[in-house]
Amino acid sequence: MSKKTTSKSRPTAKSVSTSQNSEANAPINTKLSKEEKIEIYRNLVRIRRFEERTLRAYQQGKIGGFLHLYIGQEAIAVGTTSLMGPDDHVITAYRDHGHALAVGMSMNECMAELQGKHTGCSKGKGGSMHFFAPDKNYWGGHGIVGGQTPLGAGIAFALKHEEKKGCCMCFLGDGAVNQGVVHESLNLAGLWELPVIYIIENNQYSMGTSLERSSASTMLAKRADSYDIAWEQVNGHSLYDVRAKTWEAIERAHNECLPTVIEMATYRHRGHSVSDNEKYRDKEETEKYKRTSDPVILFQDTLIDEKVLTEDLIKKINTEAREEAEKSAQFADQSPFPPEEELLKDVYWEEDNPEHKTSQGKIFFND
Amino acid sequence: MPVITYRQAINDALAEELDRDEKVIIMGEEVAEYDGAYKVTEGLLKRYGPKRIIDTPISEAGFIGLGIGASMLGIRPVMELMFWSFAYVAFDQIVNNAANIRYMSGGLIHCPIVIRGPANGGTSVGATHSHTPENILSTTPGLKIVCPSTAYDAKGLMKSAIRDNDPVYVMENTLLYGEKGEVPEEEYTIPLGKAALKREGSDVSIIAHGRCVQIALQAAEILETEDGIDAEVLDLRSIRPLDEEAILQTVRKTNRVVLVEENKPFCGTDAQIAYMIQDKAFDYLDAPIKRVSSIDAPQIYSMPLEKIQIPDAQRIRSTVLEICPISSNT
Repeated sequence: MSKKTTSKSRPTAKSVSTSQNSEANAPINTKLSKEEKIEIYRNLVRIRRFEERTLRAYQQGKIGGFLHLYIGQEAIAVGTTSLMGPDDHVITAYRDHGHALAVGMSMNECMAELQGKHTGCSKGKGGSMHFFAPDKNYWGGHGIVGGQTPLGAGIAFALKHEEKKGCCMCFLGDGAVNQGVVHESLNLAGLWELPVIYIIENNQYSMGTSLERSSASTMLAKRADSYDIAWEQVNGHSLYDVRAKTWEAIERAHNECLPTVIEMATYRHRGHSVSDNEKYRDKEETEKYKRTSDPVILFQDTLIDEKVLTEDLIKKINTEAREEAEKSAQFADQSPFPPEEELLKDVYWEEDNPEHKTSQGKIFFND
Repeated sequence: MPVITYRQAINDALAEELDRDEKVIIMGEEVAEYDGAYKVTEGLLKRYGPKRIIDTPISEAGFIGLGIGASMLGIRPVMELMFWSFAYVAFDQIVNNAANIRYMSGGLIHCPIVIRGPANGGTSVGATHSHTPENILSTTPGLKIVCPSTAYDAKGLMKSAIRDNDPVYVMENTLLYGEKGEVPEEEYTIPLGKAALKREGSDVSIIAHGRCVQIALQAAEILETEDGIDAEVLDLRSIRPLDEEAILQTVRKTNRVVLVEENKPFCGTDAQIAYMIQDKAFDYLDAPIKRVSSIDAPQIYSMPLEKIQIPDAQRIRSTVLEICPISSNT
């Protein structure tokens, strides 16, 4: 692996635009057809309605453990993944439902996974934080804060090694940037010029601790300077802004094989997980974001202004999404739990493929 | 048959697998331009070039995690840890990510990675550099752990490890790198999970892994000449999978067992093996199962005391004598 010798394209840092859709006229957005815009809107709505339905299932006691809702951040997952080509990949942290649906996973397999059912995307073995769909270039769903960031570098490494014109979009939260492994990953990405895009979804709170109480410097993306990586701060509430700035990073990865760090300003409308009394922030703050910065409503309004959406179409899309979510809940309800023998499957490849087994001896120690 | 060092045997295994499968790459600190901190990867950069033999910064969590990510896309990285002790700064990657990705994805994602490097004390490098984490890592389902004790095994097990579709962690030993042994010229592999009977005997079974096998063999010689005790020595070679049948077979034969390892005693690998023996061969035991482990303190730096801390032939001998009746001497 050769070390970089020259510093290539480097955008200068800009303050985040507070005006909506400052990038509406970016070529990557103006080239969208009416149908494509409607599909993007539909995905935003589908994620929102799906997660609202998961919350009900959680409250009914059907979902175990944690449920980290993405509500309020949808423009990021939908905007970024709407740009993916055949060799572009995604990996994210535990708040992963939005990214999963955005890359094309079905509500059924996701809802069933949440309920620990055999029909879930991971056969009920992963749960809320661990959705995977490698056939859709979606590599999870990772539960440990920051733990996915070197994997994202590794996916980008593999793409470069195999000389593919692709990239890995690796998502992380504002809380992750203080994990050591994130910095190790950034260093490797910068040092080896890996086509990885680290997208920091800055929703201002790492669980119950605000950005100001977590980070010595609150310009999170600026840390990329230390690793000679281009960086950008983006209004993550705006679908068009997300797409425009992510596209620049994808092109940098594709054409120059260089990494980018993008910090996207966003806000989660719900608690860290479902059981969160949210003492750490004012209700008024949350209400303000819901009123002024809801990414679904913002994009909806934009498309109404553009005469792409009508009230009837909005209603239809929302009804369909609600019905799809409801059907997924029924699907999950009716699906079986994994049979007991599943406990010991998918642990070792050889045990599941005995015809190719070369190892001997005892591999499980249950008796 | 050619006689080569343990170090050369691993080097040969790596080269043969690099030749066989273009997806195999080598990555680690000082593996390329420096030719390996312990020269295990010597000459590989020259032969295979910087695309496949890759120096990393001192950044274990980063580069091990990177290797895991690359393996998910089909690359077969062989990662060198300069010492297995350094695994502790990459623990989340080594345990949480590598071991769990296949399970949590319902079998959709594989992680065919090898992590290799020395794991031993006895070289006066102090407590931070002397860990033997085979016990800690073999407790995690999804991982495979092997501890070769000879040049022959190091080569054959390494080749199997690289071909395995799951994470395999190979624990070598800096004190064995220079040890020579017979290694055939023709290609071979050794299946993981197959123990090797290193010495036949009838009075007591000494079961060990890694360098402790060599010490057990020395002890067996002393026991024969000094005490008239005929010890059998079994080399586990692989901790997970474990050759349970070979263990039970030797116990049923000699009815007395001494387990030897360089781990500290509490929750050492041999604690599990002792449990298994009492559970499955209780009626065959004529004496309590005994263990020889490192003395239960952080690894001491001072050379003469470290020699006392880790198992040696005399400690094995005296432990055997505790459970073997002296009458067998007559």
